[in-house]
Amino acid sequence: MTMTTTAVATTTAVATTAVAASAPLRTVVQLRAGEDWLTVCDLDRLVPGRGVAALLPDGRQAAVFLDRAGRLHAVDNRDPFTGAAVLSRGLLGSDGGRPFVASPLLKQRFDLASGRCLDDETARVATFEVRAA
Amino acid sequence: MPTTTTDTSAASSAAAATATIVLVGHGMVGQRFLEALAERGLTATHRVVVLCEEPRPAYDRVHLTSYFSGTTPDELSMTDLEFIEEHGIELRLGDPAESIDRAARTVTARSGLTVPYDTLVLATGSYPFVPPVPGKDADGCFVYRTIEDLLAIEEWAKARATTGAVVGGGLLGLEAAGALKGLGLDAHIVEFAPRLMPVQVDDGGGAALLRTIEEMGLTVHTGTGTQEVLTGEDGAVTGMKLSDGSELAVDMVVFSAGVRPRDQLARDCGLEVGERGGIAVDASCRTVSDDRVFAIGECALAVDGRVYGLVAPGYEMAQTAAAAIASEAAEFTGADLSTKLKLLGVDVASFGDAHGTADGCLDVVYSDSRAGLYKKLVIGRDGTLLGGILVGDAEAYGTLRALTGSVPPVSPESLVLPAGAAGGGAQLGPSALPDEAIVCSCHNVTKGAIRGAVTDHRCVTVPEVKKCTKAGTGCGSCVKVLGQLVEAELEASGVEVDKGLCGCFGQTREELYEIVLALRVTSYRELLDRHGRDGARGGDGCEICKPAVANMLATLAPAIGADTHVLDGEQSALQDTNDHFLANLQKNGSYSVVPRIPGGEIAPEKLIVIGEIARDFGLYTKITGGQRIDMFGARVEQLPRIWARLVDAGFESGHAYGKSLRTVKSCVGSTWCRYGVQDSVRMAIDLELRYRGLRSPHKLKSAVSGCARECAEAQSKDFGVIATANGWNLYVGGNGGATPRHADLLAQDLSDAELVRLIDRFLMFYIRTADRLERTSVWLDRIPGGLDHVRDVVVHDSLGICDDLERLMAAHVAHYRDEWAAVLEDPEKLERFVSFVNAPETPDPMVAFVPERGQIKPDLPLLQIGIREMEGTASR
Ligand code: SRM
Ligand SMILES: Cc1cc2nc3c(=O)[nH]c(=O)nc-3n(C[C@H](O)[C@H](O)[C@H](O)COP(=O)(O)OP(=O)(O)OC[C@H]3O[C@@H](n4cnc5c(N)ncnc54)[C@H](O)[C@@H]3O)c2cc1C
Ligand code: SF4
Ligand code: FES
Repeated sequence: MTMTTTAVATTTAVATTAVAASAPLRTVVQLRAGEDWLTVCDLDRLVPGRGVAALLPDGRQAAVFLDRAGRLHAVDNRDPFTGAAVLSRGLLGSDGGRPFVASPLLKQRFDLASGRCLDDETARVATFEVRAA
Repeated sequence: MPTTTTDTSAASSAAAATATIVLVGHGMVGQRFLEALAERGLTATHRVVVLCEEPRPAYDRVHLTSYFSGTTPDELSMTDLEFIEEHGIELRLGDPAESIDRAARTVTARSGLTVPYDTLVLATGSYPFVPPVPGKDADGCFVYRTIEDLLAIEEWAKARATTGAVVGGGLLGLEAAGALKGLGLDAHIVEFAPRLMPVQVDDGGGAALLRTIEEMGLTVHTGTGTQEVLTGEDGAVTGMKLSDGSELAVDMVVFSAGVRPRDQLARDCGLEVGERGGIAVDASCRTVSDDRVFAIGECALAVDGRVYGLVAPGYEMAQTAAAAIASEAAEFTGADLSTKLKLLGVDVASFGDAHGTADGCLDVVYSDSRAGLYKKLVIGRDGTLLGGILVGDAEAYGTLRALTGSVPPVSPESLVLPAGAAGGGAQLGPSALPDEAIVCSCHNVTKGAIRGAVTDHRCVTVPEVKKCTKAGTGCGSCVKVLGQLVEAELEASGVEVDKGLCGCFGQTREELYEIVLALRVTSYRELLDRHGRDGARGGDGCEICKPAVANMLATLAPAIGADTHVLDGEQSALQDTNDHFLANLQKNGSYSVVPRIPGGEIAPEKLIVIGEIARDFGLYTKITGGQRIDMFGARVEQLPRIWARLVDAGFESGHAYGKSLRTVKSCVGSTWCRYGVQDSVRMAIDLELRYRGLRSPHKLKSAVSGCARECAEAQSKDFGVIATANGWNLYVGGNGGATPRHADLLAQDLSDAELVRLIDRFLMFYIRTADRLERTSVWLDRIPGGLDHVRDVVVHDSLGICDDLERLMAAHVAHYRDEWAAVLEDPEKLERFVSFVNAPETPDPMVAFVPERGQIKPDLPLLQIGIREMEGTASR
């Protein structure tokens, strides 16, 4: 039995960018959508350790997280085990320094950098490039 | 009289050819004897016939009194009928032996049955001694030995008595007095000797015991004899005349003035009995008069000239007799009279040479009669521990008993002084014991055997070790030491016993709770960075500890000064998704909404509002198993709008999402029901409103029934309440779900205020000590001491923490606010209730519905689009 990812990822580059300590007045969170960067919200809408969902122009959904160290991460919002678009509502954790999100439905964990499922090596979610600007 | 005869045809057809063992008496020792026969394969080679006088097979007489705290006769049973059947044992209930013909080698039973025997084993136990005072047979006089005795006592006490006296202040007398008090009677104890428990304790111990027992509201008359039982015109007890000439008005009398061996059957057939009774046996438990006849248990006069009234020596005799029948070498030459008892909630233990009869021995005594404490160790000339007496605190009993006969590794003074006293409180763990030390004296199991169970038989839990060695399955007093030994052994053999909560914290949930409360830690990050495991500090934590810590912060918020709303500040990042959205996530990403309907009572207007809201938002509605209404299919952005309408109509959150109080179900109760004796609906509403919003290690459920018919199923709840004519009975630790458990009775006939106070304490004690996601049922079975311990703590305040527990609950009650209403008032929190942060008005397209039976259901095929080969993985 193999498990394939939800949607074909346009980019699987490691989606982490450190946020500068002295950020400009209003910092926004941006996701790579094709050639462009799509602004999804102000950085201060994100609570460290929690996610939000963003709708992309092509209809896909991204789950965007801020971790405790101030790094941003983004993966496909759909949980490959159930098909529901809920990963943004999962809890963030870290395992040996690597951040993961645990699906709120059946609790499988996904590495936020690679999108790999830590509890089932055949499952994976797409990752997105994300930055604070 | 009906008899149960498990008469397998194999056994009876072979009977002529096979040797027959007849056992007279199926008590605790008789049953142990049957097991010992089976262990040696003797049940396969012999016909075994058991004549049993009582109407039920062997049961646990030692724990008889627990009947009054809710243990049923079935639960007391020690007999596994499968065992009887499997071994082809012919068990004849209610058919006592009436005569023995030793020349013909037959026994005749009351039914007329005559059984020939090759070997006869007498295990007839004892009968309660009733002093020959006038009036002793009046209506309202009882003894305390069998389940039938207890049923009769209970019936009389409930129907006709408000005051009762127990004649005899020994072990059983105190138990009986405790039972009378538990039945709501004013109880007196009349003891001829100058102190209570004269056999087990000395004057100092007796004084400590007396003080504690009087404080419980029992009246003790020591140094006083009973001269006459006074009766009224109807022949029933009205009082007692005492040796000091005074009269005591009582409605019932329980005689508990010692026991005498039941040796009449033996006397009648010419077997030798002792001067003061007891069938004389030799070291192999064979009667001295007839080598085909054995006597074991309380009816036997052992070779050391004693009759043992305890179960442990009886078990040893059972083993010895079975071994002798199998031609193995075994001897019973006497036994230790160590006992540990919990009488009326007071620990009393004596072991070894408790009265210091050895030559030149010394006593080391610590006594604090104000605190009801008395500890004495008897030390031999060479420093050997010979015995001792512990009253009020018998924690060290298991270890000290096992150390008896050796020189303790620390000074005896430090063993009796309480912890904290200068030079005192030495913690002598079981590691100090030599391998030969007997840890379980009921089954004669040594420390070495217990270690072997772990190392050689690969047992890793206490229940496994119990099964493997039988240790801990008798009186239970060694279970604590057993647990410590198993843990130490596992650690020593390199089995990692990491009790930490998760990869981030090495502490248990209970330890973290204590840290949070004592150090007033209000932030998860601070807790992780200061108290987390090395590699986890500074990190993001994990999905296990975050909600667990969030949960305790929520419970303790008012007490430690943390934010009180679960979505305030950092706390919002810690909540499981359900708590984060204050609703229950469903399989397609939509949510269900459950408003609180306290006690299940709802006015038509409110029902209509729920109907209107569900209709307007297109939600699926269902009556839940918790007597309320669930509305399914709400999208995140709809939640606040749904709540706004509900709050407007006077509803609040039902906390169907949190690990917190769910519902308090009720039956209709005395207001309408012709059987109801109390207003169960009002009580359910009161309780639900009191404990609503209380976060706990797992969800909490409750119910209140208006009478014993129990229509609300309170006995399947974490805390269940059943009305009685006098108030309320409180049951705890019930559970439905996958591993159902019947609740245990914690306390009886409580007033409203007493009920609430006990529940406050019980819940807070559970919250403080349970593991994460551990229901009260599992917790109650896990914690050392179980129900008795919990009762000690919450009813008798044995740890002195009840004030704190009550204060914490009062703070919770005072600070409760509806979580939904609070979100509606806070624009920052409201902002989070959107499907998409960049498109707040757009619904999640994956949340779609199709019709079914006139309502909606999730469009599941939609969820599969783009996900191939879903089947089989989704259910992982
Ligand atoms: C809605 C309801 C079923 C229904 O339509 O009737 C329900 C639904 C769920 N139950 Fe339940 N249980 C519901 C009554 C019960 C009952 C009956 C009762 O309370 O009298 C029981 C057995 C009683 C008990 O708990 O002892 C029950 C035993 C469980 C268990 C097993 C607990 C256990 O200790 O074994 C779980 C799993 C768990 O909690 O770990 C569970 C878990 C769940 C969860 C939370 C599973 C989940 O994670 O999705 C369900 C989600 C609720 C939701 O989406 O709203 N539910 N569940 C009932 C809600 C009652 C309410 O008004 O709050
Ligand atoms: C309330 C209470 C609390 C106790 N607490 C403790 C404790 O904490 N620790 C401890 O060690 N001990 C305790 N004991 C004592 C313990 O119960 C006994 O030592 C133990 O039960 C003895 O077992 P036995 O089989 O010899 O006698 P029993 O258990 O009395 O069994 C004898 C059986 O033989 C039956 N019988 C008698 N005559 C005949 C006949 N002719 N034909 C057929 N059947 C017959 C009787 O009906 C009875 O069922 C307690 C006893 C009581 C009553
Ligand atoms: S439990 Fe008793 S009072 Fe309540 S409904 Fe049932 S019969 Fe009536
Ligand atoms: S000492 Fe009684 S069960 Fe172990």
